Amino acid sequence: MRTSRPLFPVISAGLLSIALSTSLAACSSPATSQDTSTPGSTVATTASAAPQLTLTDGWVKATDEDMTSMFGVLTNGTGADIVLESATSESAGMVELHETTTDPSGSSTMRQVEGGFTVPAGGHLALEPGGDHIMLMELREPIEPGGEVAVELVTSTGETIPVTVVAKDYSGAQEDYDMHESEH
Amino acid sequence: MPTVNRRDLLGASVIGLGAGLAGMGAGALIERETSAPPAAGPDTAGLNGSRLEPFHGRHQAGVETSPQTHGLFLSLSLRPETDRSGVTRLLRLLTEDAARLTQGRAPLADPEPELAEDPARLTITFGFGRDLVARAGRRHVPDWLAPLPQFGIDRLRPELCRGDLLLQVCSDDPTTVAHAARMLLKDAEAFTRPAWQKAGFRRAYGSDPAGTTARNLFGQVDGTSNPAAGSADFARLVWGETGSGQQFGPRGAPPTDLATDYPDWLVGGTSLVLRDIAMNLDTWDEVDRPGREFSVGRSLSTGAPLTGEHEFDIPDLSATTEAGLKVISPVSHVARSRNVDEPAEQIHRRVYNYHSIPITGEVSEGGMMFASYQASIHRQFLPIQRRLDEADLLNAWTSPIGSTVWAIPPGCDAGDYIGSRLLEA
Ligand code: HEM
Repeated sequence: MRTSRPLFPVISAGLLSIALSTSLAACSSPATSQDTSTPGSTVATTASAAPQLTLTDGWVKATDEDMTSMFGVLTNGTGADIVLESATSESAGMVELHETTTDPSGSSTMRQVEGGFTVPAGGHLALEPGGDHIMLMELREPIEPGGEVAVELVTSTGETIPVTVVAKDYSGAQEDYDMHESEH
Repeated sequence: MPTVNRRDLLGASVIGLGAGLAGMGAGALIERETSAPPAAGPDTAGLNGSRLEPFHGRHQAGVETSPQTHGLFLSLSLRPETDRSGVTRLLRLLTEDAARLTQGRAPLADPEPELAEDPARLTITFGFGRDLVARAGRRHVPDWLAPLPQFGIDRLRPELCRGDLLLQVCSDDPTTVAHAARMLLKDAEAFTRPAWQKAGFRRAYGSDPAGTTARNLFGQVDGTSNPAAGSADFARLVWGETGSGQQFGPRGAPPTDLATDYPDWLVGGTSLVLRDIAMNLDTWDEVDRPGREFSVGRSLSTGAPLTGEHEFDIPDLSATTEAGLKVISPVSHVARSRNVDEPAEQIHRRVYNYHSIPITGEVSEGGMMFASYQASIHRQFLPIQRRLDEADLLNAWTSPIGSTVWAIPPGCDAGDYIGSRLLEA
């Protein structure tokens, strides 16, 4: 282990079960899933009890460096587009939404997305290595494999959606670091 | 259709190659091609990639599960710094991977998610070694979770007798096994180091009707006397549970108390003795059929006992020939391993053959991963192994080179993880 004390409180079995049932439900049902057990559904919503924006299959790349990226599938359970505008985390000094673009020569570059991620009405947006993702920067402590990171997603209408994602060792998604270095 | 095109191309190039190289195989190939019925589309007979074995439940899968074609045994040693919280995180990660992979879903962070699409009855079974249990607290370690006593027949190699966490990965598809193993090992890397690993096989899916007792590399029908999956015998002998059925094998009802010594975290689980047994195929070649059948006490063609006609006939260990000799030799493998007076002394063998072709030297190297599941090592496995150690004709061609003992924790429900009752005790 890289540190002697657990970085993040190990979540209770109950919370894990919510997280798992969420992802199971999301996988077996179509985009318009009426899953009410998602953490995202705790957000004050308008008329419908359906979650507005949820994150399933969320994970973050374990690291002992000072930045990492987070992935998952955003699902919009409403009939109108939702814009994920920003995110915050107790674990990181700075959180940014990034997109990856590939130029005609085939090399990919990452940059902070302008105007946030639009999750289409009743649809999904995949955050994945080599694509859109959430950057956690100025990490306060290493993120250990199997650990949990809590992140709050913030929509353009100011709603916050708390999510907890698991950390996995992953040797891909190297472009993050290239970009970081080129900034300096 | 792209598949058809690809197949046509492949066929053509094989024929071309055959003709170019020797010409001999080409005629036969062409003949077969032309006599085959015209391909109406891809051959979908026997498609089995999408078959699933449940992951969640009272017991772990991969024990009572009808054995899949491919079995991989991964033994991992915990890194010294992996403490109780590390073991918990490790088991959470691996359980989540296994729950997804076995149901045909890619685990999180899978760079090859398409390889998860054909589970072909994938099961991933977790076994805990003594040191893993001890990291949750020494008081949780059952006394039998320790190396077996040394036997005279043993030719153990220390490097094959190690490990704190066992992952038994079984599927009817070898690509699925490889992918699952890779995903599991990547998540285990921060917490463990590989100790040893061994891949084995059985008859392929579709070679024989499901349920046919498989043959080992000696050509023997191997597994006949196993307790049947789902039977009351199995519930008692392997899970240490009373079970609901009332029908028992010819030896009578096994006792219901074989697992009463289990710590709470193991209730619903079982034990596994995993012996890596080298089989000397070259010296076995020197033995004629009667000699081979004599050594086991069963017929090679049908697997029937030498006192019977059909595979499942009960061996009659007291039957004698006109000359007054036992029909089934008292030192044959069956006579030595079978205790007709003691219904407790039965085990569930779920074995995998292995075979490799050395670059030079012997013709080949073979053996089996002898996986023996039983509720009680003391009361079931050891009495049998002791007798076989004292005398068993089969010992002339077999030698144990690896030996490990595992606690197989119970299964878990969705949202829980394998071993939670141990780590949260
Ligand atoms: C490479 C090593 C071995 C080979 C090739 C082998 C082969 C066989 C064969 C052909 C049978 C008869 C068919 C059947 O009932 O499955 C059999 C039965 C059996 N073997 Fe083995 N075996 C080996 C090792 C072992 C070991 C190490 C043990 C236990 C310590 C063992 C325990 C048994 C038992 C309990 C039976 C069933 C006896 C009965 O109740 O009728 N075998 N084995």
